[in-house]
Amino acid sequence: MALHLIVAEHTGGKLVKATLAAVAAAQKVGGDIHALVIGQGVAAVAAELAPYAKTVHTAEHAGVKDRAAQPHAKVIADAAKSLGATHIWAASTGAGKDILPRVAARLDAGMASDISAVVSDNTFKRPMWAGNIIGTVEITTATKVITVRPTEFAPPAAGAAGNVTSMACDPGTSKMQFVSFDAVVSDRPALSDARVIVSGGRGVKGPEGFKTVIEPLADALGAAIGASRAVCDAGWVPNDWQVGQTGKVVAPELYVAVGISGAIQHVAGMKGSKCIVAINKEPEAPIFQVADYGLVADLFKAAPELTAAIKAAK
Amino acid sequence: MKFLVTVKRVTDYEAKIKLKADKSGIVTDGVNMIMNPFDEIGVEEALRQKEKHGGEVVVVSIGTTDSVAQLRSALAMGADRAILVKNDGELDSFGVAKILAKIVAKESPDVVIMGKQAIDDDSNQAAQILAELLGWGQATFANVVTLDARSATVAREADGGLETVKCDLPCIITTDLRLNEPRYASLPGIMKAKKKPLDEIELSSLGVDTALKVKVKAFEEPAAKQAGQKVPDVATLVQKLKTEAKAI
Repeated sequence: MALHLIVAEHTGGKLVKATLAAVAAAQKVGGDIHALVIGQGVAAVAAELAPYAKTVHTAEHAGVKDRAAQPHAKVIADAAKSLGATHIWAASTGAGKDILPRVAARLDAGMASDISAVVSDNTFKRPMWAGNIIGTVEITTATKVITVRPTEFAPPAAGAAGNVTSMACDPGTSKMQFVSFDAVVSDRPALSDARVIVSGGRGVKGPEGFKTVIEPLADALGAAIGASRAVCDAGWVPNDWQVGQTGKVVAPELYVAVGISGAIQHVAGMKGSKCIVAINKEPEAPIFQVADYGLVADLFKAAPELTAAIKAAK
Repeated sequence: MKFLVTVKRVTDYEAKIKLKADKSGIVTDGVNMIMNPFDEIGVEEALRQKEKHGGEVVVVSIGTTDSVAQLRSALAMGADRAILVKNDGELDSFGVAKILAKIVAKESPDVVIMGKQAIDDDSNQAAQILAELLGWGQATFANVVTLDARSATVAREADGGLETVKCDLPCIITTDLRLNEPRYASLPGIMKAKKKPLDEIELSSLGVDTALKVKVKAFEEPAAKQAGQKVPDVATLVQKLKTEAKAI
C-alpha cells in the first residue's frame, strides 16, 4: 500500500495552505498519509496539519531552523527512507521547487513537477509548454517524488487529528546556508495568491497609464497588479509583475486584462483564471478568445468607468 | 573563475504550440527555435561575472547538431568555448543532471549557471538534481549574484520576497527573470563566434545510465475554454460580473 510523505511548508510559525493541495493529491492515490514538519519549534504547525494526516512527524534541529535546500533535502530523504515512503509530495511553491528535486536525487527517484491531476499511483498529468500542452507522465521508479500545482487541488476536509511524533533529524554537512529574508511589503496581495488580478498591456501606453488607470481599478477590486511581457520588457513596470510563460502562472477568481492583446505567452500564464474580463479597443484581439466577458472599448474611458462602478457597488 | 553555463534549444516562447495529429509530440515544422530565455540570462550573468573576476565562460548543450545554432548564439554573446553532448534520444531531468555531472567532472567549473527551467517541459529539476549529485550548494531563482574567491552570495526570488543564501564554491546557480537583461550579440561577436572552439562529444562516450525515471506517456491539448461573450458597455459588464459570474 502506498505510504505518502507530505513535506509541510511553513512560515512565521504557520502552515502554508498550499501544503494541503499536496494532501489532496495524495488522497487521490489512496494509502496512509504521513506529514513531515522540519524546523525548530514547529509544534503549532504540526498541530495544524494533524487533521489531515495519520501521523505528523516533526524533525527539529538548529541546522534546519531556516530553510535551505541541501540540509532540508537530506532530512526529507532520511525520513522517507526510515518510514518506507512510496510517494514524497510537496506543493510546487518556491520552496517546493527548490528542495524536492534534491530529494529525488538523494532517493534515486523519478520526479513529476507541478502536477495538475492524478491518474494513478505512478501516473500524473502536468502542464508543459506553459500549459499549452498537458503531458501524462509515468514515474518508473519505486519511490516517487511529486510537486503539486496548488491551484489545481482544493484543500481536503479536516478529519480526526492524527498523531504527532518527533523523529531523528540530522541535517548533515551543508555547503550552503540561509542568510536573510526580505519580505516584500505591499498593501496589495501577492500575484501568486491574489483572488483578483488586474493586468495591463501595451494598450496602457506607458508607466503613467499604470498609475492613472490600472492602479485605481486594482485598488477598487482589492487586486494584485500584473502585466504583459511587452510592458515589463519596456521597463514600464517591475519585471516581477509579469504574467505569462516566462513570468508567473496565475489562476485567480477574477482576471481583468486591460489593453492586453493576448499573446500566446501571456495567455499561457492566466488562462486558468476562473473568470476572465478583457478590455481592448481592437475587436480582433486574441485576448477575446479566452475572455468570459469582452468589452471592446477605449480602456482610458472604460477602465475608470469600471473603477467608479465597482466603488459605487460596494 | 570558470563558469559553465547550460544552453537548451527550445521552441520560441512566441510560437503557437500545437500537437501533431497523432499526438506523439508537438509540431516543430516551421516553429522557430531559440535559446531557452532563462539560459540566455545565465550566459549574460556568466559574462558579467567574468568581466568582474576574469576567467572563462564555457557553454554546454545536450542534443542533436541542431543545438549548435544556440551554442553559437552564446559564443556570439561572448562565451569562450562550447561543448555539445550529442544525443537524439529522450532524456528526463535526472538523465540531464547525470550527463552534466560528467561534464562538471571534466571541466571543474567554480560556478555552474543554469536557467531555472526550460520553457518546453517546464520541469525545473535538473539544476537541483545536479547540485545534489555533486554534493554542492545551490542558489535557485537568482536575482542578484555576488561572488568572491570562496563563495557566492545570492539574493533569490522566494514566495513573498527575496531570500539571501550563501554557497561555498563550487556551486550551482539558476537564473530568474530579473537577474539581468541579456545583451544582443554584436556583428563582430557573431563573426568571432564562428571561429571559437566547439567540441562535440558522443553521449555514449560518457558512460552515463540515462534510463528514464520519468516517461511521457501521452500529450493532449488542454480543454478549450468556452467561448465567452462580448458586452456592450461597462454597466452590463458589472451587472454580469455580479449576477452571472459572481466574481465581484
